[in-house]
Amino acid sequence: MTAGRQATPEALAARPNLVSQLLKAREISLVVILLVVLLGTAAINPRFMSVGSLRDLLLNVAIISLVVVGQTMVLLMKHVDLSVGSVVGLSAFLTGSLFIAHPGMPLPLAVLFGLGLGATLGAINGLLVAYGKVPALVATLGTLYVFRGVTYAVVHGGQINAGNLPPSFLSFATGSLLGVPNLVLLVLVVMVGFGIYLKSYRGGREYYAVGSNSEAAVLAGINVTRRTMTGFALSGAIAGLAGVLYLARYGTVDASAGSGLELQVIAAAVVGGVSINGGVGSLLGAGIGALLLGTMGSALVTLRAPAFYQQAIQGALLLLAISIDIVVARRTAKQLQQRSRG
Amino acid sequence: MKNIRSLMGWEATILLLVVLALLAGALLSPDFLTAPNLSFLTANFSEVALMALTMTLLVIVAEIDLSVASILGMCSSLLGVLWSAHVPMPLALLLVFLAGGLAGLFNGLLVTRLGLPSLAVTIGTLALYRGLAYAFLGDRAVADFPAVYTNLGFGSVPGTQIPIPIALFLVLAVVVATLLHATSFGRGLYAIGANEVAARFAGLRVERVKLTLFVMSGLMSALAGIVYTFRFSSARADNASGFELGVIAAVLLGGVSIFGGRGSVVGAVAAVFLIGIINGALTIVDVPNEVLTVVTGLLLIGSVLVPNLLARFRAGRERRSRATQGGESGVST
Repeated sequence: MTAGRQATPEALAARPNLVSQLLKAREISLVVILLVVLLGTAAINPRFMSVGSLRDLLLNVAIISLVVVGQTMVLLMKHVDLSVGSVVGLSAFLTGSLFIAHPGMPLPLAVLFGLGLGATLGAINGLLVAYGKVPALVATLGTLYVFRGVTYAVVHGGQINAGNLPPSFLSFATGSLLGVPNLVLLVLVVMVGFGIYLKSYRGGREYYAVGSNSEAAVLAGINVTRRTMTGFALSGAIAGLAGVLYLARYGTVDASAGSGLELQVIAAAVVGGVSINGGVGSLLGAGIGALLLGTMGSALVTLRAPAFYQQAIQGALLLLAISIDIVVARRTAKQLQQRSRG
Repeated sequence: MKNIRSLMGWEATILLLVVLALLAGALLSPDFLTAPNLSFLTANFSEVALMALTMTLLVIVAEIDLSVASILGMCSSLLGVLWSAHVPMPLALLLVFLAGGLAGLFNGLLVTRLGLPSLAVTIGTLALYRGLAYAFLGDRAVADFPAVYTNLGFGSVPGTQIPIPIALFLVLAVVVATLLHATSFGRGLYAIGANEVAARFAGLRVERVKLTLFVMSGLMSALAGIVYTFRFSSARADNASGFELGVIAAVLLGGVSIFGGRGSVVGAVAAVFLIGIINGALTIVDVPNEVLTVVTGLLLIGSVLVPNLLARFRAGRERRSRATQGGESGVST
């Protein structure tokens, strides 16, 4: 703190630069690792780089990347949303049930339903955190249970099969535009849209402000309560949309759909440089993190490593990412301090 | 002082709810309040109960361990591998405890040496240790454990209906309660949780204490893994997945503050029993297991939300009464 007060103007000016440089470095190093994994696997098994295999990879990553968008916004505010997996499951099942009850339902209506359901569930989280002052970890851990339990109660041992769904809905998932699967395009549009919003719009910047220093954000005139509420509702809405896409992609949905997704999503965001301490990270990084984890998963399958190792590797990667983060952050802090002294 | 009084109030509330849940269960079914049913019911949550003891200590110092159920699974899986490789049981058990302790040590080192948030670390090791469980055993199951040991898992204390795991839990609960409430180590935990910086200035070796707690959590999870394996006579990699949530729900419901510095073993133990009894009562009226998670979730949220709302209500009332008093004094002058 004292070091900050004594800082020379040059050091102060260097600060945002250094941070953005670091972030860039993070994204670039992730891309390098990604390329190494892709090329390395392709060198051992050339079929890994085939169009079909890459398409599968992108489809697998798409749904997780979508949920990562909402999770990133929540993480930026120094909160966490553990309930997303349960929201995906409930949305997928209820959308499927809706299709069975009304086979002629148009696709946009299904999407709207998923978004609305997700936003409602997310708003419950938001209410608990913003107004009830329940820590996000506790609130969303609780709703993770509650939403999943509701899903089991509704499903009642049944499941939704692709055969019960209208072909037009399923063909949306399998269809593609200029060789890129529809699902991937849709997720890209959402990611780019929110990416720009977070980077360049007042509302988007507020997420960073709330997460960096919530008291300062209040003093700066930001309505933190409302921002928290919106963030959770958006995270829920995006997870609800992901549920609809999950249904379209897999066709078969039972009560356990999407369970455990929350950990993959958080791992992707954190590996991608979104800090669990709030205020730091970008959607570009989070997206690359999701892609990297997904690629590693596929690579392991291609290399015929037992599927069992995947979880262990994902965990180890997450630990590695957060460890590197803290070491880098500490070194930066030390450099800044030295510079401000000198 | 006020904190202590409100805390005792919370524990009394939970204990009252336990009694109410027992009565409700008895009303739902005449078989509920019978010794065999209660014995079965309590045995069912013995692993969660064991892990809740060390989790209480960790949450009091404002840390958390989400990897407990994965350590349980890893230890169960390891026990299966060792037994199927004809390792003598005492040696196998020793190695399992060693593995659990090492897993806890790894968590603790990442938290204390690198200064990482325990939430992030243990989300990572949750995946890592569960992955190791699969790496050890794959999707195989080892079930041919000798009866001498499995009897320890699902037997009762001779002459009573108290399941052996629950008896073990009660003994350990007394040990942990003594450690927390009657030793300087225990007082130190509250100090660290209430204000870590102040605790450090007061000469407490915060890092070492936290490291010890993470190792204890690992060892306890290993014990829970052994109990689980013998109780079901089955070692599988996916044993007890998701149990961490139940453990945390119980600890928080028991009045241990997620922000650290507050809580007691009595509260946590009462909450374990409360959740177990409610679930048992609902099972007896054929509510499916998965739907019961709704109850756990609501209890978890309610355990933080209700005191928050009460505090706000009370603060509002105090402000109002102070305002009226101020008005009166204003009139008198």
